[in-house]
Amino acid sequence: MDSALIRIENLHKTYHMGDNHVHALRGISLQIARGAFVSIMGASGSGKSTLMNIIGCLDKPSSGKYYLDGVDIGSLDRDQLADIRNRKVGFVFQQFNLLARTSALENVELPLLYSDNDKSKFKERAMQALTAVGLAERYDHHPSQLSGGQQQRVAIARSLINDPQLILADEPTGALDSKTSVEIMGIFQKLNREKGISIVVVTHEPDIAHYSDRLIQFKDGHIMLDEAVPNPRNAERELTEWQDLEEEKEPVA
Amino acid sequence: MNKVFQSMRIAFRALRVNKLRSALTMLGIIIGVGAVIAMVSVGSGATDRIHQQIASIGSNVIIIQPGSQNTGGVKSGNGNSQTLTEDDARAIAEECPDVMYSTPIQQNQQQVVYGSNNWGTRIYGVSPDYMTIRDIRIEEGEPFTTDDVKSTNKVALLGKTVVDNLFAGEDPIGKTIRVRKVPFTVIGTLVPKGQNSSGQDQDDMIIMPITTAKKKVMGGGRSNNWQQIGQIMVQARDGRNNNAMDEIEGLLRQRHRLQATEDNDFQVRSLEEMAAAQEQATQIMGLLLASIASVSLIVGGIGIMNIMLVSVTERTKEIGLRQAVGAKTNDILSQFLVEAVSLSLLGGCLGIAMGVLASFGISYFAGWNTLVSLPSILAAFFFSALVGVFFGFYPARKAALLDPIEALRYE
Repeated sequence: MDSALIRIENLHKTYHMGDNHVHALRGISLQIARGAFVSIMGASGSGKSTLMNIIGCLDKPSSGKYYLDGVDIGSLDRDQLADIRNRKVGFVFQQFNLLARTSALENVELPLLYSDNDKSKFKERAMQALTAVGLAERYDHHPSQLSGGQQQRVAIARSLINDPQLILADEPTGALDSKTSVEIMGIFQKLNREKGISIVVVTHEPDIAHYSDRLIQFKDGHIMLDEAVPNPRNAERELTEWQDLEEEKEPVA
Repeated sequence: MNKVFQSMRIAFRALRVNKLRSALTMLGIIIGVGAVIAMVSVGSGATDRIHQQIASIGSNVIIIQPGSQNTGGVKSGNGNSQTLTEDDARAIAEECPDVMYSTPIQQNQQQVVYGSNNWGTRIYGVSPDYMTIRDIRIEEGEPFTTDDVKSTNKVALLGKTVVDNLFAGEDPIGKTIRVRKVPFTVIGTLVPKGQNSSGQDQDDMIIMPITTAKKKVMGGGRSNNWQQIGQIMVQARDGRNNNAMDEIEGLLRQRHRLQATEDNDFQVRSLEEMAAAQEQATQIMGLLLASIASVSLIVGGIGIMNIMLVSVTERTKEIGLRQAVGAKTNDILSQFLVEAVSLSLLGGCLGIAMGVLASFGISYFAGWNTLVSLPSILAAFFFSALVGVFFGFYPARKAALLDPIEALRYE
């Protein structure tokens, strides 16, 4: 078995728009180990979104190789890619992408509908996932009845439901305030630490990137920088300190 | 099976979200299916009437009428001449092997009087075989006999309408009625037959011997030849209708001494053939109505396609999400297909209900005979499902083949 979860070799991706050829990725080679927590940064148009789409099996490389968990993704067809996404990848989006008029529980169940799992276990598993993100008591709320942070937690629960090896988060804190952002990053750190799920976060904010263990910077379709994050931040500790601070303030107020 | 059930759940949820839109979309199918059911019921009702009519005339009936007479190059219209005789009628029965019964008919409208009541009705002068040919039965009393015909006896059989109008509750048997001041003894009443297809009351009649009718009631006429009659009615043996017609034609040409170059001075027509022609016309009419109605079903289908395309566009992001979390091409395809078929089937069921109501309405208010048949209901049901599949497939396929990346990015 491949030691790395993600192995990318000399990956190119070219888009054709009429007569224009956009060379979005120009020969990327990259490995991400199992249980890693990686941030990807870069200006828009740097190729990071393209790489995310390929890592998430939403798109295929034009040339080069991409192995996810030992499977050559470039050789799969549309439905096989859907199956890989269903079983191995969890997605978290900037805009949460929850189904409106559908309860939190049913939103979390969604990926199960497209898997071969035993239907009788759906509710139980969805409740477990909601419990893991601390939202069990809101299972019957609709997205419109939840705050942004809570909606993102439902989305994370949804990404967890099929026990994926990889969670891909595309600007997960882009629509959240800073305290909620820390809470969300705390959940990712916890999942990474306790369940050993590999996490790849795309972000604009250097602050957010510092919660990961490794930072990859993109520019013009190349990897410009790939280094370990010195002294990664710990969201849980920060939240406790935050709380202490508030409690200290309270008597004064 | 699980997958189908799941697609149905998703589809019904989507339909519930846009209740008004779903209802309006279904309206097209409801009207289409309703119109088809109602039109088919009108068509088959008319056909059914013709079947009833054939049954009420009697089977294998052939009618011979006087044709046009060629007098020195001047042709009179059919039925204007009096070329048929009682002897012709008798000869047909005796000499044509495929003819079972034959009767001369002379009919006339007359005023009938009993006591202080009077009633205008149609008098049929016939021979006793007329009862057999037309399958007319005696309710009370006795039919008249060949002897009555020979002796020109003044006896009459009364239809129910005549009885009702002349004898208010009184027993008519043995009573004397007057037709043109001539007294007749009522010897029997007829079993009611009801209306025929053109709404004519078949019980408004008096039947009497042909001889009596001609000599005592219709006296004189245009001709001084007592032999001449209005028409001859014949019953052929089962399945020998065409042979009987040929035999009759041959016999009458011979009896009327027509040269090979001369046209027939009579007309031989099979009532069943006439009814069959009428039935065919009715069927074509029904088919025409149904095909016009099914155009509205197709329009309804286009409505479904339109709404499904809007729905796919509106839910592009949802489709992208479903694809991202693992929905395969068939999962999305079946989701939208089931949605379209649910719309059309639900509309189809409501349309069937509406069509049945409409056909009752038509027969109630317009007085037409309508017949809602089970096959037409089943056909409408399956056809509406087919409309859903046909017009839902393109939008569903469009949804299923969306690129997940672009669908997710769609705002």
